[in-house]
Amino acid sequence: MEVFLFSMFNGVLYGMLLFMLASGLTLIFSLMGVLNFAHASFFMLGAYFAYQISKYVGFWPALVFAPLLVGVVGAAVERYGLRPVHRFGHVAELLFTFGLAFVMEEVIQMIWGKVPVPYDVPAALNFAAFTWRGLDYSAYRLFMLVVSVGIFVALFLFIAKTRVGLMIQAALSHPQMVQSLGHDVPTIFMWTFGFGCALAGIAGVIGGNVLGTEPAMAITLGPIVFVVIVIGGLGSLWGALIAALFIGIMDNMAISYDIALFPIFAMFGVEREAEGIMRDLVDLTTGGIAPVLPYLLLVLMLIFRPRGLFGTRDV
Amino acid sequence: MAGILQRWGVWIAAAAVILVMPVFVTSGFYITMLNQMGVLIIFALAYNMLLGQGGMLSFGHAVYFGLAGYTVAHYLNGIGEETLPYLPVSLIPIMGGAVGLFFGVLIGFVSTRRAGTTFAMISLGFAEMVTALTLVVVTFFNGEEGIQTDRWVGPEPLGITFGSDVQVYYLIGAWCLIATAAMYALTRTPFGRMCNAVRDNPERVQFIGYSTHRIRWLAFSLSSFFAGLAGALHAVNVEHVGFETVGLAQSGLVLFMVWIGGAGIFMGPILGAILITLLNSNLSDFTDAWYLYLGLLFMTVVMFARNGLAGLIVMHEPIWKIKIGLFQKMIVPYALGIGSTLLAVAGAIGIIELAYFMSTRTTAETITHLYWVEIDAAGPVPWIASAAALAAGFAACTRTYPIMAASYNGAIAEVKALVAS
Repeated sequence: MEVFLFSMFNGVLYGMLLFMLASGLTLIFSLMGVLNFAHASFFMLGAYFAYQISKYVGFWPALVFAPLLVGVVGAAVERYGLRPVHRFGHVAELLFTFGLAFVMEEVIQMIWGKVPVPYDVPAALNFAAFTWRGLDYSAYRLFMLVVSVGIFVALFLFIAKTRVGLMIQAALSHPQMVQSLGHDVPTIFMWTFGFGCALAGIAGVIGGNVLGTEPAMAITLGPIVFVVIVIGGLGSLWGALIAALFIGIMDNMAISYDIALFPIFAMFGVEREAEGIMRDLVDLTTGGIAPVLPYLLLVLMLIFRPRGLFGTRDV
Repeated sequence: MAGILQRWGVWIAAAAVILVMPVFVTSGFYITMLNQMGVLIIFALAYNMLLGQGGMLSFGHAVYFGLAGYTVAHYLNGIGEETLPYLPVSLIPIMGGAVGLFFGVLIGFVSTRRAGTTFAMISLGFAEMVTALTLVVVTFFNGEEGIQTDRWVGPEPLGITFGSDVQVYYLIGAWCLIATAAMYALTRTPFGRMCNAVRDNPERVQFIGYSTHRIRWLAFSLSSFFAGLAGALHAVNVEHVGFETVGLAQSGLVLFMVWIGGAGIFMGPILGAILITLLNSNLSDFTDAWYLYLGLLFMTVVMFARNGLAGLIVMHEPIWKIKIGLFQKMIVPYALGIGSTLLAVAGAIGIIELAYFMSTRTTAETITHLYWVEIDAAGPVPWIASAAALAAGFAACTRTYPIMAASYNGAIAEVKALVAS
């Protein structure tokens, strides 16, 4: 029971972190048609900015200013990098963001070095919030959960209730129509891109000190975020939320329970004392295949239902 | 005779260059580099069958390269231990191709139903899956260590043991020529043309009665065959296959090569593979920032040169074909443009090198060399000088590029007038 509750809790937390990345990415994708390969790099940038800012003025200002800075960088990238490439089509845009992810990783290595930076949990939140049956749960993780749920609620209110949110919704489904109504669609694109990057930046600020702030953090998280938005369905924030929670919980459960998969292979006549490649099958556990599962889901989803769970159009 | 030369001249010249290269290039370092280059030329051309010819952007083509490499490494070990039947090492690449083809047919069937972003994401999914599997299926992949192998196995026909790198060079050279010729021939067949049609207008292709899925699938399978062939040669060349050969980094590298060289032109990937391998071998010892430069070069090409470096060359083809004398008028504008570009690049390199030096240095020492000049990286002078060069070069570019473009347009207009008359 403890294992279940704790992996559930951690799964939800990881899922909410994924959602913060995925929500921005799915907005950008469905609005502009650009699959932003560098999205997780903005997450990484958020973590590094937070580290640098909190070194001088502490964690709380970093929580505000790091995402803002990331948003500004994102908007600038859209305005001066992506917009000129737009006329070459979607492949060129995808290639641009792919190159950008590569360059951002190298630039971060250039500035902060190749080893992880000591970006730590703020001292004010570094205690056990509750202890239950001998297992501690840190206050910072609770704080992460509160922030991510708060962001989620704010995002929904923003999209559903504000004028800008309505405009984004309209531009999602009928960009030409919105443009002909006199709205400045390129500017909407720019700010949506910056806004999505800022959301990723917040995830970086609150996640960087738990997951570790290092140059490889973008490349490990980035593909998982793609999985989330494809499974959830492009343009669907609810879909992104559900898919993110699902992936987060699945990952944590698979690792903490670590069930042997031998019974499944035994049904196909694999012997317990198998040799060679069968030996690997016999030894497989859910923890071992946990890194493969999201991508398996991604491929299956793209083959059988390219619009995802809640999407209204295909990838 | 003249007809034969015109038709086959390029191939004869290429064969001759491959043949005599080891006479001039004797250092082991450069032979190793040439071997790597040959392998990557095949891989880049195979990749371009997808991207350039078929319009499919893949982030996971290294899967077929790597899986073929692993299989071949196991097979060579099997020959060595005499548990598997002997196969001449010079024919091993065909086996690698077969492995690539097998996985290409399998994975291609499910991933080529759509092109564009869907295809790109499925390829990424498979790449990540196989990368994760390298740590799970230990018998085949052997985790992070990879598979060690030995190409010196079995009988020695005609005394060829592939013990020396030069022998491997000729093996790779021969296969490179064969594969290039085969892939070029393929672009000239009706199937090759249909690939281009599917890339340009899939809807119309369906209207005239072709299945876009089947054409893409076939192109994907054939491309995987050549990727596998390259992977097998890679295994024979370095005698080791690691998990990085199937990963996103390897797929990204070949994408960089193809796009920088020029995806729309057959020669593009060859140019890209040669250039990137040259720079990689020579610069990576020289500067830590090599990958940053590679990424920036790639982004520049994506933003400004759609058809890559080969595109920039081909752009001038009408001028030298019709009236080569027109280049005379272009020398000064081009020199101005290239000069201001070089100035900006020199400034950017200065800043990047200084920043890298300051962040990666392990001692308090701040004296370093920049452009063969001893400087103090902690002082403001080298930074200001570099920034000034960058700014001045950039400002000059905004002035000289229009002049360059005007001279090009003028020359092309003259060519058009000549052709019309």
